[in-house]
Amino acid sequence: MSVLIYAESHAGHFKKAALETVTYGKKLADMLGVECCALTLGKVENAGSLGEYGAAKVFTVESLGDFDSQTYAHTIISIAQFAGANVVVLSNSSTGKSLAGRVAVRMNAGLVSGATALPTIEGSVFKVKKSVFSGKAIADYEITSANKVISVTGNAIVPEKMGTGVTVQPFNIEVPVSRVHVKAVKTTEGIVPLPEAELVVSAGRGMKDSANWGIIEDLAGALGATTACSRPVADAHWRPHYEHVGQTGVAIRPNLYVACGISGAIQHLAGVNNSKVIVVINNDPEAPFFKAADYGVVGDLFQVVPKLTEAIRKYKHS
Amino acid sequence: MKILVCVSKTPETTAKISFDADNKEFNSAGVNFIMNPYDEWYALVRALDLAKATSGTVTLICVGGADVEPVMRKGLALDANDGVRIDAQPVSAMFTAFQIAEHARTNKYDIIFTGKETIDYNGSEVGAMIAEYMNVPFISYASKLEMSGNIATLERDIEGGVEEVELETPFVVSASKGMAEQRIASMMGIMKAKSKPIQVIAPQPFVNPVHVAQFTLPKAKSGVKYIAADNMDELVRLLHEEAKVI
Repeated sequence: MSVLIYAESHAGHFKKAALETVTYGKKLADMLGVECCALTLGKVENAGSLGEYGAAKVFTVESLGDFDSQTYAHTIISIAQFAGANVVVLSNSSTGKSLAGRVAVRMNAGLVSGATALPTIEGSVFKVKKSVFSGKAIADYEITSANKVISVTGNAIVPEKMGTGVTVQPFNIEVPVSRVHVKAVKTTEGIVPLPEAELVVSAGRGMKDSANWGIIEDLAGALGATTACSRPVADAHWRPHYEHVGQTGVAIRPNLYVACGISGAIQHLAGVNNSKVIVVINNDPEAPFFKAADYGVVGDLFQVVPKLTEAIRKYKHS
Repeated sequence: MKILVCVSKTPETTAKISFDADNKEFNSAGVNFIMNPYDEWYALVRALDLAKATSGTVTLICVGGADVEPVMRKGLALDANDGVRIDAQPVSAMFTAFQIAEHARTNKYDIIFTGKETIDYNGSEVGAMIAEYMNVPFISYASKLEMSGNIATLERDIEGGVEEVELETPFVVSASKGMAEQRIASMMGIMKAKSKPIQVIAPQPFVNPVHVAQFTLPKAKSGVKYIAADNMDELVRLLHEEAKVI
């Protein structure tokens, strides 16, 4: 028996999610008294470094091409069989969401996607917590099958160094032919994607016009934060739809969420209330968002936000 | 083109979430139910447009008791041709996917749509599972889908951007925002929906590997601390020293 984790990479480098996944896998393997094995797919630099985060073995399959859930899932299952893994851990990223269901079906395994904490194991009872009803509740799922698949939510666990680099075991296995042709990948480089972001600055209808977003970008720049927006803002095309956080947008769990000119409708709160600390800036003291906030500033955001930016810059230079 | 759209019944987005006394079941008293927004606004609307352009058909499928039929009628009012209801409680994503795949296997759909996730269990699992049961490709979180003959070009949301992919039918796709615009049923559509067929079929045997043991509600915030609008240095100090997030 062992735990197999899939460590995601992008352009040859591990994503933050990969380190979170291996840390989760190692801690779970310790609970079960088994080994944590890691798998990388495609060409990755320094794959053995996963050992530093607790992987006892690192398997690599370099022959896989562009992402296709079918070829990737089938390769993960082949390696899981080879490693005798009865638990597979993935990240709950766009990649993980495409893979987890496939791996679970093939392994006849119960799946919990978007785990927010390590499982609890009492005798043969294996439970995993995840957020449900778009952040309005938490569910404890019990997996009753012998095989188990878990995908871990971003920022749910902090990567920890707890080992040394290990030797990589390359695999030359026959990879099924992909039926998906990836034509282009368009990403904004240099910006931490929202689901991974630890600091987020978000703005809503209180901004009055898309032309006013400079002060939000300045604040995000000073903090090193990712920008987000509320649904009406995305619907009005003031900001791109991938910035929309909330129940029908992206659900996030950063350490800090700064909401500027967002009233805090229940649908918006659903996507952001797992943030560790929430700061609300709004000129309406009755805005419902203040009830969900840790820190509140009642004032005109066009004056407050630049002052906050200035204060952050002063703090960073001190 | 023959299209299957998987739909789910969920509490409306403003619903207050609570559970029964032993926290094992969702308390549906006083809750309005709707079609899962991703299924309706994005998956179904795009499917209807594709079917119209190719003189094809859209079939809705839902796993649930008779209580899901109003949600299915809404989809029929938007112009779907017919519905299939698998008469069982959707106890897990895998149960649901298995039942849908059992139906789809013998009905040769070109495209099977799901929403990117349901707003109740937020699993985002069913699409990938149907695809695996049927051994066809799966594209998650698609925000754009164009067809040219049997070749599909899609954009799917990835962290910090989009990926453009091309593939042939058949495949399974989960739809996210951008795929289509929400639509309102016409009076004519609502009238016609009443007489459209919903076929009710019995579920196939399946051993369910996972279930919810207990629900809990998140802890309420202890209360907001207000900072004067002209004292942002104080807010920065609190974020650094008290909250320790910067």
